[in-house]
Amino acid sequence: MKKSRMTERIVAGVFLLMGLVTVGCVLLITAYLVASGIPAIRQIGLVDFLFGKEWASTAAEPKYGILPFLLTSIYGTCGALVLGVPVGFLTAVYLSKMASPRVKRTMQSAVGLLAGIPSVVYGLVGMLVLVPAIRKTFGIPDGSGLLAAIVVLAVMILPSVIKMSVTALDAVPKEYEDASLALGATPAETWFRVSVPAAKSGIAASVVLGVGRAIGEAMAVMMVAGNVPNMPHSLFDSVRFLTTAVSSEMSYSSGLQQQALFSIALVLFLFILLINATLNFFLKRGND
Amino acid sequence: MKVLLRCAAFLTAGLALAIMLYVIIRGIPNITWQLLSTKPSYLRGTIGILPDLLNTLYVVFATLLVVLPLGVGAAVYLTEYATNKRLVYVIEYAAETLSGIPSVIYGLAGMLLFSNRMGTCLMAGVLTLAIMNLPTVMRTTQESLKTVPQSYREGAFGLGAGKWRVVRTVVLPGCIDGVVTGCILSVGRILGESAALLFTAGFAHALNGVIDGLASPGATLTVALYVYAKEQGEFGVAFAIAAILMLLTLAVNALAGLAGKYFRKRSQS
Repeated sequence: MKKSRMTERIVAGVFLLMGLVTVGCVLLITAYLVASGIPAIRQIGLVDFLFGKEWASTAAEPKYGILPFLLTSIYGTCGALVLGVPVGFLTAVYLSKMASPRVKRTMQSAVGLLAGIPSVVYGLVGMLVLVPAIRKTFGIPDGSGLLAAIVVLAVMILPSVIKMSVTALDAVPKEYEDASLALGATPAETWFRVSVPAAKSGIAASVVLGVGRAIGEAMAVMMVAGNVPNMPHSLFDSVRFLTTAVSSEMSYSSGLQQQALFSIALVLFLFILLINATLNFFLKRGND
Repeated sequence: MKVLLRCAAFLTAGLALAIMLYVIIRGIPNITWQLLSTKPSYLRGTIGILPDLLNTLYVVFATLLVVLPLGVGAAVYLTEYATNKRLVYVIEYAAETLSGIPSVIYGLAGMLLFSNRMGTCLMAGVLTLAIMNLPTVMRTTQESLKTVPQSYREGAFGLGAGKWRVVRTVVLPGCIDGVVTGCILSVGRILGESAALLFTAGFAHALNGVIDGLASPGATLTVALYVYAKEQGEFGVAFAIAAILMLLTLAVNALAGLAGKYFRKRSQS
């Protein structure tokens, strides 16, 4: 009897430990990122680091200003939202309300495919199809730049936006729609005036999820954005994102340069935490 | 309005189809037996992706081996053992945070946590990917544990079984479908992962056995694709790898669909 109680205790303890692994991982990652990100910010100065307009990490007098990366990431994400969200949103409404079950199933596997394509494959297709197309259409010497990155990101956030919006729209009680139809509204009016407002928390969450995807994407962007630390003055500038700034110099950096890269990662991480908190807020409101 | 909806849906489906067909059509002709069965040789000037294929295989299996016990254990704790609501909330919030972290950050964290200690090697990549996929396995297992009827547990307790015995004989067998779904989703994610592996597992193309392979640096298919396309301009090889990845993605998606259908049917009957 005593022995079995011991076993019970040990097993419960083991499961508790396994449950705490996730918490431990989050704490470890946060601690390491903060610990390795702070020194460079201290040395460079927070204002110079965040709002410095020039990044020249390998120059004789190195400059570590990440404003170009910050702005590029923000512009790039906004651009991807402007292109991707309307398409994703309308597709979601179509799938949830208009499509026949068979079309819906087929389309959902297409969306699943878009979600499953590795980001390097997006990058490769972007490099060899999109970049030359932009070069020819606009008659510029190099097509890789902000615009190419925006288009690639817009496609990449589509599945997140669609999946989550469809879930939200599917969960709208049928009575709402029936009532609206019975009052004489057309189906389209019902979808946009009744279903969409009822699902607005979930749809907002889907957009926030898209923001998270876009701001965190590295490899695909690295392959199409040109990767020069310019300020993003026009859509065709060759630019560097926060993510690509980290990954493009990591392999050969050392000293303060490497620490500065960790600081960039810390900034990116803070962005992501903020986005996660927003996402949780919308999801929770949707559940209440 | 309806036209607009149709257009958007058509655009989405068209994009998926176009990307898939483009990659497969450009990639398939470049897949040769020599590419699949050799390693790159500077002497002969040939490129082979056998090491990358093997590395991918090692990484997938090793990651699953690490992540499955942890994920299932965490899910069992949350649904069976946890009594403290606040702790449950903290764990679930942590899992959500983990699933929102982008892979570059994982790459960096993995470099700091693992590669700086054990050197750049596949195992460091495996551990990084395990953290990354932990929330997925945990969530799918949790979902399936919730479908195990409470009366089964009560029945087992009523027969005098202890908690651990109930978990072992009643609860765990009931979560197989969640574990399988979690596995499939994780495999998909591992196959497509590159940024998290670049700094943790490196990009060597050496041909190794499992043990040596895990202990030494190596590129998986996605990383190899990136290196060949971006750094070496070998677009033929890149497209061949892309086509292989695309076929694997299709297979994983189909498998996920089939598994979902099978388990739904079984749970209804």
